[in-house]
Amino acid sequence: MSDETTPLYTVLAAAIRAEEPVALATVIEGPNTGAKLLVTPDSDSLGTLGTAGLDRVVERDVLGELASGRSGIRHYGENGEAREEAVSVFIESFAAPPQMLIFGAVDFTAALGRVAKILGYRVTVCDARPIFATTQRFPMADQVVVDWPNRLLEDVGESLGPRDAVCVLTHDNKFDVPAITHALATKVGYIGVMGSRRTHENRSKRLREAGVDDAGFERLRSPIGLDLGARTPEETAISICAEIIALRTGRTAPKPLRDTDGAIHQE
Amino acid sequence: MRELLNDLDRWQKKGKKIAVARVIDLEGSGPRLPGAAMAVNEDGEVVGSVSGGCVEGAVVVEALEVIETGERRTVTFGYSDDEAFAVGLTCGGTIHLFLEPLDW
Repeated sequence: MSDETTPLYTVLAAAIRAEEPVALATVIEGPNTGAKLLVTPDSDSLGTLGTAGLDRVVERDVLGELASGRSGIRHYGENGEAREEAVSVFIESFAAPPQMLIFGAVDFTAALGRVAKILGYRVTVCDARPIFATTQRFPMADQVVVDWPNRLLEDVGESLGPRDAVCVLTHDNKFDVPAITHALATKVGYIGVMGSRRTHENRSKRLREAGVDDAGFERLRSPIGLDLGARTPEETAISICAEIIALRTGRTAPKPLRDTDGAIHQE
Repeated sequence: MRELLNDLDRWQKKGKKIAVARVIDLEGSGPRLPGAAMAVNEDGEVVGSVSGGCVEGAVVVEALEVIETGERRTVTFGYSDDEAFAVGLTCGGTIHLFLEPLDW
């Protein structure tokens, strides 16, 4: 990824900008305070924390932390021994950004794309109709794809995980049903589907016919979003993103902070 | 760190000395998780944040000392009833920061 004379910061900044997963381990206490090891899943680590033994053990731990996007302090012996505290290492993970796939090139899509970008998502807009799915209409999107949602999911479904989101905004059964069944076949963390109560009932019937079982329905957020009374595309986008956050934090029944107690920031 | 990159690059191109402060640990309530970062250059310009705005002023002072001395340090800010602790998190948590020069 780079030769040994390039400063670690330069390599780190390039990887973060390229949205490649990378982690930085820094000795914050002990011999060689400030020493660093830069770790990526696919190439050799750069730098050293002081000893080969420590580098080897930390590299292994860092790859685990990076896979789950965690950052924090770990303690080791000078040669990487477990259950010793001679060296404290801060591991900072820069995971690739989460993905949001938005199906349907409508006004709600543009608003949702903007809010998703604020939250750090890599946004893909997909619609089978070429006159609607254009980069001019969705300048905030990282990618605009003219195709059927199910075909895009066949291509990229493998890459979706718990941090990612699929939002189906087409509310047209012809597109929705295959999009949803294919999204359910992935490990994506959030699947939200737009539509009125009536659209939802009708679509649920068709999904049932397409073989979606109770566990599948349990994963679907349909109709999409929290009950905020949102009207405009922008308000609806906030209600969808708020639902995604609440699902991640396990707070599925949001009330006004005024009406709750307990910690505002979750551990 | 992600949101600091453009300013850090700009400062580095001008040859400015820089210190970076990163949240390394958090106890109790606190707005920013480990990894949150801010940077200060030798002119006192600041980017990023490590709390909800409670301790940034004190971090700038610490960062300027790090630029001056070149020495790394760990700093803790917490809530205290003791008036000797003039700077703290009003939300009741404790944050630990690691400050170092951007010399790597």
